[in-house]
Amino acid sequence: MRTGYRPRTFVLEVVMVAAAIAFLFPVYALVTLAFKDPTQIANKPLSLPDPPSVGSFGEAWRSASLGSALLNSTLITASSVLVLIVLGSLAAYFLARTATRLSYSLYILFLVGIILPFQLGMIPLYQLVNNLGLLGTYQGMILFYTGIQLPFTVFLYTGFIRSLPADYTNAALIDGASHLQAFAHVIFPLLRPITGTVLILNAVHIWNDFFTPLLYLGGSGRETVPVRVFAFVNEYTSDYGLVAAGLVLAALPILLVFLFLQRYVIRGFSSGLKG
Amino acid sequence: MTITAQAVRRDAVKAPRRRGAMVAPPWLFAVPALLVYAFVVLYPALSGAGSAFTDWSGVGEQRSFVGVDNFKQLFHDDQALGALRNTLMLTVAIVVVQNGLGLLLALGVHTRIKTRMALRVIFFAPVVVSPVMVSFLWKYVYNPSPDAGLNAVLGAVGLGGLRQDWLGNPSLAIWSVAFTVIWQCAGYSMVIFLAGLEGVPAELLESAMVDGAGTMARFRHITWPLLAPAVTINVMLSTVGGLTLFTQIIAMTNGGPGYATDTLSTVLYKQAFVFGKFGYSTAVALVLAIFVAAVSFIQIGYLRSRETAA
Repeated sequence: MRTGYRPRTFVLEVVMVAAAIAFLFPVYALVTLAFKDPTQIANKPLSLPDPPSVGSFGEAWRSASLGSALLNSTLITASSVLVLIVLGSLAAYFLARTATRLSYSLYILFLVGIILPFQLGMIPLYQLVNNLGLLGTYQGMILFYTGIQLPFTVFLYTGFIRSLPADYTNAALIDGASHLQAFAHVIFPLLRPITGTVLILNAVHIWNDFFTPLLYLGGSGRETVPVRVFAFVNEYTSDYGLVAAGLVLAALPILLVFLFLQRYVIRGFSSGLKG
Repeated sequence: MTITAQAVRRDAVKAPRRRGAMVAPPWLFAVPALLVYAFVVLYPALSGAGSAFTDWSGVGEQRSFVGVDNFKQLFHDDQALGALRNTLMLTVAIVVVQNGLGLLLALGVHTRIKTRMALRVIFFAPVVVSPVMVSFLWKYVYNPSPDAGLNAVLGAVGLGGLRQDWLGNPSLAIWSVAFTVIWQCAGYSMVIFLAGLEGVPAELLESAMVDGAGTMARFRHITWPLLAPAVTINVMLSTVGGLTLFTQIIAMTNGGPGYATDTLSTVLYKQAFVFGKFGYSTAVALVLAIFVAAVSFIQIGYLRSRETAA
């Protein structure tokens, strides 16, 4: 297995790099498209843009109102993740450190939410949110994401807290701290690794979610990036260069964050799902 | 750190409670989460399951009990039955190909090749991008024009005869959509398999090699059995993802041509928000929920038994 770089390794390297090039072809097509003017798109679909034109980017940014969409997405994602971390870790602390029938049933109740497709409650919830006047608001979206992502968040936190020794909190309590103080100052800092995973998985999911923001925010002026892009692409569907520029701009922020935090993101995705 | 930890333990022994015993936190800690969860998930799901047996139009409170009529209708509705078939075909294709490719990619980058870290980042990158954007990207790749996207590539390499209307051909469209999902999610399977591969003890593989076991034999008898937990997670995730597929369909084909790419999720969405048949829509949602739950339980049971057998 680990026997140094041999001719076989070189052959594998060539095969894998070739696979990556084929894998990246759609990205190449999209990015080059964004830099071409209509004549180049028609005549030279696969070549590099010559000369590259950047006009589409400014137009796409304005037409899709990407600036405000990014702001909406950031606000909704950050607030939801913050609420999820607070509510999820508190609940999990109770569930993990209480050995009663009630706490066990409650834990199972939360787990049910992981396999329950949200489509089942989609329409009643829509009515509920509508009746409360929360359609088209940030608060409505934050409430929705908190509820829908809590089962998974509680599951991750509970598993992690169970693996921590109970001694630390007991010591803090003996020293006269309240339960909330013991949690905030002793337990929560110990949860940093799993909080990182919770943050990454929830943030990526919420940032990219499409269906619910389409339903709840459509036409409100508070649309998130995927909803704006959906409307934008459907409006300018035949203007390939413009559409491509819009897609590149809309995908760029999360890709940049991913490149900076790649190690943490990949670790979060590959470890977060183990019970 | 060690000293404090020991000090804490000594204190705990002196304290009246047993060492390491739990001081239960107050149940109030779970109340905020439970309230939000009940409001957003539990109550709507129960209410939805209930309205599957009514003729609710979604407007106002007026609804009457119609028994299992909605379910009878479902099994005589060509669109819904087609959607059920499409959903199952998509799910099988995605589970098999996405995880197969994911495993190959993981095995490929879990080696000494110099580009292994860069390749992991490349193959994983689409996972963090919104499915809406990935769908639109592939919609361009599948452009029916002979001089754009995939068709242009086929023409350029002398395979012009294979040019297709990838999303416009009713028998091809569903596989084109499936491939888009696979392209986006293969990297997800890859990183989960990679985490599994990192848990395979190197000494075990080395001693097998010393005993003369070839690459294939080592994979079959050592690596593959030890990958069982990663297989469980991957199959579960891709199955639930496939069964509830929605965004990619809406963005690429909107269920068309005809009903050729409708899934249970797109049908229940259209029934509710296009045709105003909320009762019927929740009946479709209930069938979907039962599918997801049944498949999850069967798979957990089967795959867990494989894990323990290994």
